[in-house]
Amino acid sequence: MNLLIEGLSHRFGQTEVLTNIELNLSAGEAVALVGPSGCGKTTLLNLIAGLLSPSAGRIENGYPATSYLFQQPCLLPWQTALDNIALGLKARGMPRPEREARARALGHQLGLTDADLKKFPSALSGGMKSRVALARAWALEPELLLLDEPFSSLDVGLKAELYALLLNQMVARGTSLLMVTHDLMEAVRLADRLLMMAPRPGRIVGEFKLERPRLARDEMWLYQATARFMQAPEVRAGFGLPPSGQELAGGTEGSAERLSARGQAPTGMVAATGWR
Amino acid sequence: MPASTTPQPDKAPRAWLGYLWRGWCAAFGLLIFLALWDWGSRFYSELILPSPWVTFTTLVGLLAEGGGWSELAATARRALAGFALSLVVGSALGLLAGLSVTAKLMSRPVITLLLGTPPIAWLVLAVLWFGAGDATPVFTVFIVTFPIIFVAALQGAHTLDGQLRNLARAYRLPGRMILTDIYLPHVVSYLFPAWVVALAMSWKVAVMAELLATADGVGAALAVSRSHLDTAATMAWIAAVVGLLLLVEYLLLDPLKRKLESWRTA
Repeated sequence: MNLLIEGLSHRFGQTEVLTNIELNLSAGEAVALVGPSGCGKTTLLNLIAGLLSPSAGRIENGYPATSYLFQQPCLLPWQTALDNIALGLKARGMPRPEREARARALGHQLGLTDADLKKFPSALSGGMKSRVALARAWALEPELLLLDEPFSSLDVGLKAELYALLLNQMVARGTSLLMVTHDLMEAVRLADRLLMMAPRPGRIVGEFKLERPRLARDEMWLYQATARFMQAPEVRAGFGLPPSGQELAGGTEGSAERLSARGQAPTGMVAATGWR
Repeated sequence: MPASTTPQPDKAPRAWLGYLWRGWCAAFGLLIFLALWDWGSRFYSELILPSPWVTFTTLVGLLAEGGGWSELAATARRALAGFALSLVVGSALGLLAGLSVTAKLMSRPVITLLLGTPPIAWLVLAVLWFGAGDATPVFTVFIVTFPIIFVAALQGAHTLDGQLRNLARAYRLPGRMILTDIYLPHVVSYLFPAWVVALAMSWKVAVMAELLATADGVGAALAVSRSHLDTAATMAWIAAVVGLLLLVEYLLLDPLKRKLESWRTA
């Protein structure tokens, strides 16, 4: 059970948006694709979800069930929250009483009340809509979850709460995760492996491993790991930041030097070594 | 009991009160109109502007004779047949055209042409083509209301959010569900107002067509009352047609609209 991508390229008309993407996502693994806006992250997810067909290369999705959580909640405005959650189950042909019971139980787990479940999306707050979208994706009991920055419009508190819910569920069920994001902290929070992408054309330029188990990562660790990740030359180049240390060139003792003195310089984090 | 379930019980009476209030406002508007009509009729002879009372007693007389109902039924039959035809054909073709950009671009000038042709011109053509039977008013109603419905269906199909299409594919909705859960609810929100406009127009066009082309129906009855200079009967027929339209609007379309679009306000 894995997802295998080999030599994948994709063009929109004459523009090459993705080139030579190689990726292997094995069962239970969590991978984050990180990169600036416009580097083809969402296109890659759409290709994997089968919404687009690749111009060249191969995508083999061996997971029996894949759920996709879009950037926007993308709920059907004419259906109640409950029916929205049950949408994928209805598509699978599950009878109404059964799918409604499942959707209701999931809604409750995600903090939606019976009154909320009866409402139409127009009457729900942004956070509630995201919960409904999450429940809809989770209702399919996916082995692979595709995330496209689904909570990027929520405040930090809500975001942290929803990520915690998601993380616990994923670890408990051994769900594989492929997420794309430009928020490094999100990636460091949820993934075991970070793939840095660069734009024009979209490609993978670096790979980083995080070895601390996902449930054992506290806030402090997240901030530090994110800060270290930010120092990697591939990451700085990818986001168009000046090379680390440059802004300190003529000034006081550089923080980059202090980092390297503690053995945490960018080179120390790449690939095989990992962070602890 | 959790607090969230308490607002449910008093929701029903509030909805009912809202319905009463809307009904009361509508009735009040009508009464003001009748009062102005009555007031105006005092300044003119019955030949120019008969009072509401005279009009309605004339109408009751027409209906009591028995002839009135059959005229109304003939007009209703033609208006509804033409409307049903353009509802089915216009909605279906509009949906199909909305799915293709080429079809959308190609249909645009044709629709402008259809919308721009005066209904009376269509009527003259219809009389030449179909003669004095039912086909003439039915065709005229169809050709006048068709573009309205077609454009609405086209817009509805064309404006469907691309994200919802992606949703349908990512969650593997079968074809039937794409139609019933995604396309139809979205398109109906565009189509329904167009259907309401087209239905109202169907009556007007049917009466106009009958005036010139047929031997029965409200339009034909109007032609007779005009030739007799019978203003009271003319007004009575107008009141009958408008009354029928009001009934359809408030008893059928309005509740249907609120049911179909409950998700907008909820």
